[in-house]
Amino acid sequence: MRAGWSYVGRRAVFALITVLIAISLNFVLFRLAPGDRTSALRCQGCTQEFKQQLRIDFGLDKSVPEQYVIYLNQTLRGDFGRSFVTEQPVISELWQPIKNTLPMILLGTIISIMLGVTTGVIAAWRRNTLADKATVWGGILFYSLPTQWLALMLILYLAGPLNLPTSDIADPYLAYSNAGAWAEFVDRLKHMILPAATIGLVLFGEYTLIVRSSMLEALGEDYILTARAKGLSNWEIITQHALRNSMLPIVTLVFLSLGFIFGGTILIESVFNYPGIGLQIYESVGNRDYPMLQGAFLLLTVVIILMNFLADLLYFKLDPRVTE
Amino acid sequence: MSFIDAPMTPLDEVRKSPSRLRSLLSFLRKHPQAAIGFVILMLFVFIAIFGPYFAPYGEREQVGPIFGTPSSAHPLGLDDGGIDVLSLLIYGARVTLIVGFAGAVVAMLVGGSIGIISGYFGGKIDNAMMRTTDYFLVLPDLVLMIVVASIWGRSLRNIIIIIGLIYWTFMARLIRAQVKVVRERAYVKRAQALGATHTRIIFRHVIPQIAPLLLAQTVLMVALAIFLETAISFLGLGDPSVASWGKMIETAFSRSAISYGAWWAIAPPGIAVALVIMAFNMVGTAAEDSLNPRLRVSHLARRHFRLRPLPDKEPPK
Repeated sequence: MRAGWSYVGRRAVFALITVLIAISLNFVLFRLAPGDRTSALRCQGCTQEFKQQLRIDFGLDKSVPEQYVIYLNQTLRGDFGRSFVTEQPVISELWQPIKNTLPMILLGTIISIMLGVTTGVIAAWRRNTLADKATVWGGILFYSLPTQWLALMLILYLAGPLNLPTSDIADPYLAYSNAGAWAEFVDRLKHMILPAATIGLVLFGEYTLIVRSSMLEALGEDYILTARAKGLSNWEIITQHALRNSMLPIVTLVFLSLGFIFGGTILIESVFNYPGIGLQIYESVGNRDYPMLQGAFLLLTVVIILMNFLADLLYFKLDPRVTE
Repeated sequence: MSFIDAPMTPLDEVRKSPSRLRSLLSFLRKHPQAAIGFVILMLFVFIAIFGPYFAPYGEREQVGPIFGTPSSAHPLGLDDGGIDVLSLLIYGARVTLIVGFAGAVVAMLVGGSIGIISGYFGGKIDNAMMRTTDYFLVLPDLVLMIVVASIWGRSLRNIIIIIGLIYWTFMARLIRAQVKVVRERAYVKRAQALGATHTRIIFRHVIPQIAPLLLAQTVLMVALAIFLETAISFLGLGDPSVASWGKMIETAFSRSAISYGAWWAIAPPGIAVALVIMAFNMVGTAAEDSLNPRLRVSHLARRHFRLRPLPDKEPPK
């Protein structure tokens, strides 16, 4: 157990240092941007004196190490500055989009896990049959499709026949018409399903291939032979023996891709005009809203680091041998 | 069964070292998947090189109405500017493939050299370099790319550098592991004992040994690079002056091809990207399979020890 705790400790220290490096990289990257925060400001009739005063207010006249310390201090207190566009604090501007994005990502991940595990298990079980080949080729195909293109194709071919909305997060009229909580929930779900399906299909390709190969490996183990000799049904063999033991790579993969899909939402949300963190980043790029970009970048990095850390912990829980 | 039963290459076959073309041909014969991918790739490379000579219309030439439907004169229809989509697709192949190859090569040069130095010298250098790699590995690639692209400005060169800078980590890790194995081989030890310099050992003994793996990884990397190129073009951070497949998807989307129902403006570039990425993946994984010794052992293990034919083939109930 001692070895286990030291492993967890090491991973935690690693995660913390990574966060610190991400914060520093954030400082360096945006310091390299042409001009400074005052030259990016779009104010009409700003005089040179006013800008100079602003530079002093922002602390831009100080030396770079001093600025770094100030920046570190602010960041650690959760102060990411104010958006150039709305002039509200970045952290509060990012909060609502994140709340919008989270359920969509969760739904998408659930879709991808369900699709990927089912097809992967069937493919491994019926190895070298048509179902297996179709799964492998389908997996490779979906793995190769550009995310934004897949989203556009869904709009083009699914949104019409299924009568699904292709833009925004909720129907604005529902709020006025007092349609009730259930109707609003269904409406939100309808707006969420296509972006979530895109996430699901993009991840599906990767998941199904991994599930298939780790299931193939598990199915060849001796304990499967034992289980068969004991007279267990195929269903029991798959769910209780093979799948259980091949969960390890799958679970880690899910956590890792959960982090990275936050980045992928930039493409998906800008296609569906879904007001989440991805669309926010997309708009910030267009507006040259550096504080927002900086805040979002840092936030996503921290999320990914956290997911990595959780994956490490889970890995340890599922397979304590990792510490050796 | 044991390892001894595993098919081993007879020694004289190793010594013969067939010509490069012949070994490529035999590799393709053994891996039909790679052969299909290779044919698709060659086709696209041909289009990228000679495309401008047989493209039916110009890259910026308005030849018909906005979003004109596909017809015999324009098999893939017209885009938002009345430009022939098929011609755009042909012109775009060049830029997309250049970005893909160049980005992968940058990643290979940066990642490869770090991997070689780290794996060859080991010790403190190795430790420091691999720690750095670990940290870079967790950065969200797309977001980092957007941040850097929006700071540096939109140009093809920047995109290539950014792709290289994002993907060097994967390369560095893999190459390092491989170099560590090569370093322990007898002939490297012998060369060291004979007083060969590090530079000489690295260039004469280490790099030739890892070159095939480096190549296979670079091929896989091209697929990733093309993927990122379409993503960054889609976000409006691509080079505005040249036509690429990513940019075609972007203009079709931003000029609302969807509300026109103009599938022909969106579908072809996406299919082209998917085909190329699939082809690179097919060639790359097959090459990796047959070159990466660690994978080969595990494949052997799987084939000879673990996998037994299942007694019955009923689907799960």
